[in-house]
Order: sequence, then C-alpha cells, then structure tokens
Amino acid sequence: MGAIAVLRNVTKDFAKTTVLDNINLQITEGEILALLGPNGSGKTTLLKILALILKPTKGEIYFDGVKVTDKSVEETRMESTMVFQKTVVFRASVHNNIAYGLKIRRMPDNKIGEKISEALRLVRLEGFEKRQAKKLSGGEQQRVALARALALNTKLLLLDEPTANLDPKNADIMEEVIAAANRELKTTIVIATHNMFQAKSLPHRIALINDGQINEVGTPTEIFGRLSKTLASFAAVENTFTGTAKATEDGTTLVDIGNGVQLETAAQRDGAVTVLISPSDIILSKNRISSSARNVLSGKIVEILGLDSIVKLKVDAGKPFAVQITKRSFNEMQLSLGNEVFLAFKASSVQIL
Amino acid sequence: MNMLDGLIKAFQLIFSGDPRLIEITLRSLFVSGSAALIAALWGIPIATLIAMNSFRGKFLVKTIFNSLIGIPTVALGFLLFLTFSREKGPLGFLGLLYTPTAIIIGEALLITPIIVSLAITAIEAVDPEIVNLAKTLGASESQASFAVLKEALSGILLAGVASFNRAIGELGIAQFVGGFIAGYTELLTTGIWVELQIGNIETSIALMIILLTLVFAINLALNIIQRGRKWAPLLYSET
Repeated sequence: MGAIAVLRNVTKDFAKTTVLDNINLQITEGEILALLGPNGSGKTTLLKILALILKPTKGEIYFDGVKVTDKSVEETRMESTMVFQKTVVFRASVHNNIAYGLKIRRMPDNKIGEKISEALRLVRLEGFEKRQAKKLSGGEQQRVALARALALNTKLLLLDEPTANLDPKNADIMEEVIAAANRELKTTIVIATHNMFQAKSLPHRIALINDGQINEVGTPTEIFGRLSKTLASFAAVENTFTGTAKATEDGTTLVDIGNGVQLETAAQRDGAVTVLISPSDIILSKNRISSSARNVLSGKIVEILGLDSIVKLKVDAGKPFAVQITKRSFNEMQLSLGNEVFLAFKASSVQIL
Repeated sequence: MNMLDGLIKAFQLIFSGDPRLIEITLRSLFVSGSAALIAALWGIPIATLIAMNSFRGKFLVKTIFNSLIGIPTVALGFLLFLTFSREKGPLGFLGLLYTPTAIIIGEALLITPIIVSLAITAIEAVDPEIVNLAKTLGASESQASFAVLKEALSGILLAGVASFNRAIGELGIAQFVGGFIAGYTELLTTGIWVELQIGNIETSIALMIILLTLVFAINLALNIIQRGRKWAPLLYSET
C-alpha cells in the first residue's frame, strides 16, 4: 500500500504561537488513522493543512507522491474533503448542499440525483433531499455533512471530531457510516478525536498528538498495550486515569487512581495501569442509591455543557469525571453548578487499556 | 378645490390610464432601477472586498460608507450640478446636465453607501467557515467567495431594495441635475413639485399616490424577504 499523503517537517504558526511543530506523518492508502489528542493539541489545524485549506508556515505536503505547490493546490484539493467539528451547512436544501461539490466536479444532473440518494441512504436520511438543511437537528445536519463529503468519493476523507457534539444515537450512526465508507468504498480516512473509545475501536493506526507535536504512532494494540506515557499525560482526555492495580480475593481488581479514589474493575491485573470509563456508562443521582454498581463516588458538578439532546457534566470526585446524561434527565433532576451528586458505574464499565 | 375633489380626480386620472402618468411612472422606475443596478454592480464587489479581507483601516472605511448613507440629497445634487454644469463644470463637456443619465449617475452615487454598508453587514454575518467548506468541497478561491455571497443573498437583496427605495423617493438630485423637462427628465418626485407649482393639483396627487403605492409595495416585498425563511426556497432554485 502506498502513501496517499505525506507531511514533511510541517510547522504552522498563528501570529506568534506555534500550533504545529515539525510534523512528519504518512497516511497510508486504505487506512483509518486516528489523531488522538486533547483539545487544543493541533488536530484541527493538522486536518486543515491535509485538506489544503490552510497553508503551512513551513514544510512540504505530498499527495499521491506529488509535491503540492501553490499552483496545484486547487486541483489537488479535489482529491480530499473534510467534515468540520462544528457543522457547517449551506443555507439551502439538503439536495443542494450535497450537490455543491458534485456540480463543481461538473457531474451531469441525472448522475448528481443518483449520487445524492445514495449518500443519503448511507447516512440513513433517505428522502431528506428537499428539506432545508439549517432546519434539521444538529445530529442530522452533521450526517448531511458526512453525506456531502462521501458523495464526492474522494481518495482522502478528513473528519474533525465528527461525533463530539452528537447524542449517542447520531454518534453511533456516524461511526458505522465511517467504518463502512472505509470498508466498502475503500476511502482513506483521517479522524481527529479525543474520544478514547472511538480511537480504540475505529482506526487501524493512531497518532498521538499533544502540544502541536506527534509523539507516537502505532496500532491501537501497540498504543493502548504498552502503557503510553503520552496517552497517560492526556489529562484532557475524558475519564482516562492512571493508577496502581491490585487483584482482590474475589476475582476483581482495585485500581488506586490517586486523591483517595479507588475504582473496582472486573479485569484481573496488577501493577501500573491506565483505565477508562465511558461517560455514558456512569449513572448520576442526587442521593446515594443502592444498586449492583460496584463503584459509587460522590462529587460536585464543576462544569455543564449542553448539547443537542444531551448534557455533558464534569464532576469533581477527587478526580474529574465526565458524565453524559439526556437533557430531559438534566431538567428533571434540576441540576446546577456546585450540586453534590453521586456517580455509580459497574466494575465491568471500568476498562483497563 | 378641496382635498376630496383632488383625490377623486387623481384616481380618475390614474384609472383612465393617462399616458403622461404612465410615462412618468415608467421613467421613474427606469431611472431608479438603473441607479440601483449600477450601484449594485460596483457596490457589491466593493462590499465583498471589504467584508472578506482584513486590512489596516478597515473600520475607518466601513465608518465612512456608513456616514455617507446620511448625505443630504440637496448637497449631493448641488455638487453634481456644479460638476455637470455645461459652462464651468469639470465634466460639463459630457453634456449630461438635465438628462436622465445625469439623474441615474447622481442617484447611483447617493445609494452606493447604502448598498455597500448593508451588503458588508450581510456578508460579515455569514459563518466564516463557509469559505473553508466550499474549498474543501472543491471550490476555487472565486467560487468560494461566490458561495459566501450566495449565503448572504437575502441580505444583499434587502440592500438592493432599500437602495431602490431611496432612489425612487429622492427629489434633490433629480431637481438639480434633471430639471423639469416634460417628456424627458420628469419623474414622480419632480412631477409632484412641478404640477403643484402650475396648479395641476390633481396630477400632483395622482403622482403622489403612485409614488406611495410603489414605495409601499417595495417595503412590503422587503418585509416579506426579512420575515422570510419560509420564502427562502424562492430564492434558491431547486435544480
């Protein structure tokens, strides 16, 4: 398999800040590469440079073995497309949104119609052609954005946190479509994410990016297998903790993650480990409830982020935990900043990397 | 003659299809329409350049255009009269004074700041990521700029309608550089004034009714556009 895109010594400065620092990266034909890193690590900038909509301050970009120059940039841009984290749609119908790139490629009208229905079927929005894109829900708009990108059948598809602002249902659809696009359409995909679960299951390779530098590149098994220092240093990555594991007599393991917080996990391990808990696996309550959940922590709500139909909360329970609940539960529970809450999750929800 | 008599006679004139009224109305529409078109032709590119680029003094340039919206028509009309004056004006040799062309030029100048300022506002309101979106879907620089203009379309249309509105209702410039040549430069606004001077009050009233009806119709259209996301599909052809 050849390299579809290569970045050589790419640096990007904005004013006096260096956002990307001497990046060397190869994207292999047919792969899904995840750029895993905390917010502000330079993922979006790296994707925009790969999409050729941002010019690096220094360094070279090769596409299909050919160096991209000022002269060839508009032509080469046709070979890749990007889906942005914050969904952007044209103030037009879904049909015209998807048709935009196809018209630029001078595809005949009858074929455009076919392509659009095919792309909408992929993202499970059949029959949405005539709807106004801006009137759809956030999740549907992001799926239109993905359909718009897929319809172009580009060699390279760049996805910037495509599921970050979506509810679980829309996020699942997006992930399935992304995997299918790679499997069936053979599209090479680079996906930026700070979601460990996405990085663990979806990609063939992971590049760890932090402070504008790529620290490690490897397969998910390699990255998650050896206890990566970079990975452990991603404090901003949700619900990822390092600690010391100790097997107990009843077959479970206790992991001390510091600040007096101990987590019980179903896996058997000893020694230094990294664990993670999916934000949607955590049950939040105002009072201590008795349940089968082996882990119950108490803490204070320190951050509230409202999205489409879900609310993301950050709870300080000695360590910061991200919790995701539906907007309805949030309203019914009348939660606000500073509230004392309880977090409960099963031992099997604590995964050891 | 009392006002009611005048009104009745005015309506009789209008509904009789008086050829002179029709001619004046059509000329007014033509003159202000041409002025709005010319102002749009140079105003929209100017607005695009200002809105889509960052440069030193951008704020100053925008402020100047904003302030020029309020220029009194009498002042601009008088300045243009001096410029086009056949004997001493620097552009007198063009022979434009007291022609419809002179009025079109004057009105186009008058409404340029309106169209530039409103179009800048409309373009700047477009999500800045639209440029990147268009580019990543394959657009060239110019196609990407055009995509932004398309997003701002309803705002730009508003700018055009507002400009036309101002042009058709102004008197100062039409008086100074158009004069009152019957069958040649007479417009709805100048017509109202002249007919009143010579005692044809019912013609004045008829012209006023036509002018008000036109302006009202234009404002109604403007409101529909403003109200309008449900009308939006009309602005974007389904291909």
